[in-house]
Formats: sequence, C-alpha cells, structure tokens
Amino acid sequence: MSRRPLFVVISALVMTLAACSGAGGSGSSSDGDSKTITALMVGNPQMEDIAKLTADSFTKETGITVKFTILPENELRDKVTQDVATQGGQYDVVTIGAYEAPIWAKNGWLHELSSYADKDSGYDSADLLQPMVKSLSGEDGKLYAAPFYGESSFLMWNKELFAAKGITMPERPTWQQVAGFAAQLNDKQAGVAGICLRGLPGWGEVFAPLTTVVNTFGGTWFEKDWTPKVNSPEFTEATKFYVDLVRQYGEAGASQAGFTECLNTFGQGKAAMWYDATSAAGTLEDASASKVAGKVGYAYAPVNKTKSSGWLWAWAWAMPKTTKQADAAWQFVSWATGKEYEKLVGEKMGWSRLPAGKRASTYDLPEYKQSATAFADITLKAIEEADPTNPGLQPRPALGVQFVGIPEFADLGTKVSQEVASAIAGKTTVEKALADGQKLAEDVAEKYRK
Amino acid sequence: MMRRLPWTVLAWACGLVFFFPVLWMVLTGFKREADAASNPPTWILAPTLDGYREVFDRDLTPYLLNSLMASLFSTLLVLVLATPAAYALSLRPVAKWRDALFFFISTKMLPAVAALLPIYLVVKELGMLDNVWTMVILYSAMNLPLAIWMMRSFLLEVPASVLEAAEMDGAGLLVSIRRVLLPIVSPGLAATALICFIFSWNEFFFAVNLTATRAGTAPIFLVGFISSEGLFLARLCAAATLVSLPVVLAGWLAQKQLVRGLSMGAVK
Repeated sequence: MSRRPLFVVISALVMTLAACSGAGGSGSSSDGDSKTITALMVGNPQMEDIAKLTADSFTKETGITVKFTILPENELRDKVTQDVATQGGQYDVVTIGAYEAPIWAKNGWLHELSSYADKDSGYDSADLLQPMVKSLSGEDGKLYAAPFYGESSFLMWNKELFAAKGITMPERPTWQQVAGFAAQLNDKQAGVAGICLRGLPGWGEVFAPLTTVVNTFGGTWFEKDWTPKVNSPEFTEATKFYVDLVRQYGEAGASQAGFTECLNTFGQGKAAMWYDATSAAGTLEDASASKVAGKVGYAYAPVNKTKSSGWLWAWAWAMPKTTKQADAAWQFVSWATGKEYEKLVGEKMGWSRLPAGKRASTYDLPEYKQSATAFADITLKAIEEADPTNPGLQPRPALGVQFVGIPEFADLGTKVSQEVASAIAGKTTVEKALADGQKLAEDVAEKYRK
Repeated sequence: MMRRLPWTVLAWACGLVFFFPVLWMVLTGFKREADAASNPPTWILAPTLDGYREVFDRDLTPYLLNSLMASLFSTLLVLVLATPAAYALSLRPVAKWRDALFFFISTKMLPAVAALLPIYLVVKELGMLDNVWTMVILYSAMNLPLAIWMMRSFLLEVPASVLEAAEMDGAGLLVSIRRVLLPIVSPGLAATALICFIFSWNEFFFAVNLTATRAGTAPIFLVGFISSEGLFLARLCAAATLVSLPVVLAGWLAQKQLVRGLSMGAVK
C-alpha cells in the first residue's frame, strides 16, 4: 500500500512532537530559579550582534537568560502597541526608534529610565551624547529609552571619481555646490550617477534626507502654532531641488531606491556622492562588503540657509510599562548600552561594528578611533550639531529633525512621500504632490490647533 | 499532434512563469548579499553558503518545531472533525444540510483582521498568549470549513450502491466506513490534509499577533531577516528555502494520493 510510508512518517512526527511539546508548547513561564526576560527587536546588524553576545557575557554574569524575537520595524511597532495597550506584558525590553520614544513616553507606555540610570553606579549617564538624550526624553525631561546606537547624516563622496575630474570637496558643502559636482560627475555611459539619493516612499525613507533639505532651505512641515507649511515656497523649492537633482543626476530607478539600494549603488562605485546616514560608513569601509572601502571621503550634510543640516536618529532600548521584571530588564538595558558592551563588541565582532554614536567615550577608544579614522570625528560632530528641538529656521511644535514627533506623522509623511516618489518617477509634479500634502497636513493640524 | 503543440507550449510557459519565483528564491539564497541586491540582477555566481550560515546562526529549530506542531496537530484535528461532518452533509444528509454547509463557509467570509481583536482578548484572558496550542486550535478552526467542503465533494463521489452493497452484506456503520469508505476517499483525505498543512504552515497574521518568544512559528522566523539597515535578501531567501522544504517534502510524500485526489472532485 502506498499509504503506509506516509502514515509511518506522520505517526513518527506526531510522537516526536508530543514528546517535545513541553519545550515549545507550555505557556507558563516555569523557568525555575533562573530569571528569563524577553526582548523584542528589529533585525539590524547591531541587534544581531547582541543576540550572539548575550549568552556568553550577560547571562554568565547575571544569571538572567534573554530570549530574543526579531521582527521588521512595522510589525514590531504594531506588536508593542498592542502589547502595551492591552496590558499583555509579553516583552520586558524592546528596541524603539527616536520617533517613537517621546510619543510612547507621553502615552505612558514606557518606564522612565532616569531613576534607574541614576541608581546604577557604573552607567555614567553624563557620558551619553546630549542630542541623543534630548531626543529620547519625554516632556518631563526624563529618559524613556536608552540609546543603543545613534546616527546623523552626512555626504559621502568617492575620492577616486572626484580626483579623476580634479574636483575638491569642501568640508561643509552647500547644496548648490553639490548639484554642480553631480552635474560634472554624472556619467551615464559608465553607469555612474552624479549623486545617490533616496526616492523610496516612506516617512523614514525619502523623507529622512528630504526633510533635512527642506529644513535647510527654510521650510518646515508645521510652524510652532501648527500652521501646516507643506506647500510653502520654501518647502516647494527644496522638494523641487531634490527631485530635479535626483532626476537629472541620480541613480537609475531612484523612486524605488531606499537606504539599502543606495548603500549597494554607492558601495559598488556606481555613484560619485551619496547623502545618507552616518551609520553607512561602517559598511562602506568594510572591504568584504564594499568596493569603495578606503576610497570614501566624508563631508558635513550640505546646507543652504542653515549652518548645519544633519538628521538625528537612534535605536534605543525601552522597557514597556507592562513588564513584570523591571529590575532584570534594566540590568540588560544597562549592559547593552554601557561602555563595557562596546568594548566587548569591538573585541569579539570587530571594532567597525561597534554600536557607536551614543557615548562621548566611544570616540576616545584607541581601537575604535583607528578602525573609524575616516569618519569617527565627523560623525560625532554631526550628531552634536543636530538639534531635535530646533532643526531649521523657525521654532517647531514637536521634537524631531527629519520627522515631526507626533503619531500622525508616520501616515502623513508616508502618504506625501508616495507622491514625491511619483514626481521623481516623472508621473506627477512637485506642486501637485505638495498641494495634496498640504491638505493632509491640515487634517493633522486640526487635532493640535486648539 | 501539431494541434496540441500550442497548448503544450502554453502550459510549459505558464509552468515556468509560476516556477520562476521559486527558482529565483533558491538561487538568491546561494548568492553573496551584494550580488543578491544588484540591479540588474546577476545570473552568474559563485555559490556561497554564507546566507545559510547566517540562518543557522539564529536558532531555527524551535520555530520549525512550533510550526510542525501547529500544522500537524491542527491538520489531524481537522481531518478527525471534518470527515464525519462531511459524511453527515453528503452521504447521509442531515436536515437543513444546505444551511449547515453555508454556515460553515460563511465563517470564512469575515476578514481575519476583523476577528483579531476579540480573539486576542479572549486568548489573553485565558492566559494562552504565546502558546503553540492556541495556534493549533486557531488553525483547526480556520481550516475546518474548507476541509468540510473538500471532504464533502470527495464523499459525493462514492457511489451509493457500494455502500448499500456493504450494508446488504451485513457491514455495520463503522465497518463500512473503515473497509469501504476510507479506502475510496483516501486520496481526497490526503489532498485535504496537504492543503490544511500548507495553510497552517504558511499562516503569518495570527502567528505574529498571538505569539511572542516561545511559540513563534517559521514565518515569524523568516520576517526577522528583513532589516531596514543593511542587505538581507540572500539570507532571507536562504531561510525561505529552508522553511519551505517541509511542505515540499509533505507534498512529495502525498504525491500519488494528491494527483488522484485533486482530480477526483473534478470528474463528474
């Protein structure tokens, strides 16, 4: 009978599974004496490193086992929202971004961490970079998420391509200069773009660099009293400049290119410049992943009317209010964001993989300085110069350089970004995109203008 | 012969179009990250196992075990429940069997997302969040209507005369089910089981919402490779290839029954 092998296989499987159902099946947390905490995080390389290092270091020292779940950003956001809103208490620590931290703090979803940090003698909160602390604090001035690694944005340029044309890059270029260089270096025949810029829809994709351009052109999403300014002359001029630049001298398929695609394009030597996150440098200088290692120059974020223009972003560890093991959770957060962990990563995984950009002391580590000579100083300065409370020419109603720190912004920014991406693809005009954006922004402003 | 040629070509073309993404996934799993992300895509490659190495660096086993448990137990439960139900709706129809049949399929008409919140709250109140058995029950409930409809169409294929003949020979209900009915519909059972298995194996929506660190299933493991910083396509494809292997294996084991089973309901 042909049915027999199938039957045998299934019964064998059922029996095996029934035998090990205790391992995966039990819902009760009967972990005996040893403590176990659960962590939810995004799958960025720095988080993968911590998952590998925890058992041999943190668990050995403290006896606390950490179970990790990795989810993409959007799923993670949904999950934490759901867990906290329904008091599920499934997670003791989660990674959150600089955008969520103040919003969730305001919602009362997170434990404040200042008091834990003050009691923790080895933590040294004074060492944390001020812009990071500012962007991860609530309205009460207390820290609600401990920075794990941080970044600003800067301009990366291919030294070989610049040298071939005899162009020198100033330390602090203006956007007009950058556009001029892009025109000179754009080489369609060789398949080299003058500049690589994100065009992929998403508030955190195209609007991360684009909002910094808007800021330095004197534009803003909202004025202090929540008057929306999306179709203002400054916002329009900046967006047109960005769209024209990427359409004329940008990478192929720009409306579908995000951080990852640009990293690849620039890393393969297919673009002369790239304006993006400082955290890209680590990968670009890694010879096994990039063809331009050692050939990249770094300049400050290009400006127009402001003095500096870099963005500010951090991934941080937070403790949901619903955790039942706050003390153990803090022990983990303290370890993960402390000085010793940085050294551990350097020794075990390589100094270029350090979760940098959050502590001043990181930039005094001789080994790190050596591995990151090309970009360490400029990264630190770019972060220090970024001001999440006042990133442009006018006072702002909410925190954030490249975003507006309100829950509605993710939706607003993403919707407008879809139209901007269409404009980059040549399917609509910038004016039309921003006129639609202004309407959406007015709906959002209604809520806040009282 | 010549008249069938265009159809043959068309069938092959369709087959290749549908197979292409699978081939692409398997190939990409063996590329280096930089090659996997390149545009235009690279065809010539020096195969590397880096992607697979990274997949095994994260512990895949608990996720696979959870998925196996959820899929296998729910499939068995569905078969045990659906077969008698289908019997009572086909060969020995109960009163108002049409309404009953419609009721079963109507439960599939509500979008899963609409049912999520109530289900989540109930599961949470019962303390069953992040528990594989929750997934077993949910997947059984999700697949049951489909299985009843499938099994019903298979049972309708059984000629009434065969059952009558068995009765005439003095076979009781149990004997005629075991000796007459089951052998005839076993291809149908296999087809139903495979469909249920595949649906539970691939289910993501409830899994991502109801599990956390202990009961995560294979699809949850998969999406963990998607990252907004850095390249991930090669290792995602490597993981996807690994995770689809058990389903391919199940399909291969049930191949013979499947071919008969899938064509069974169709031939009138």
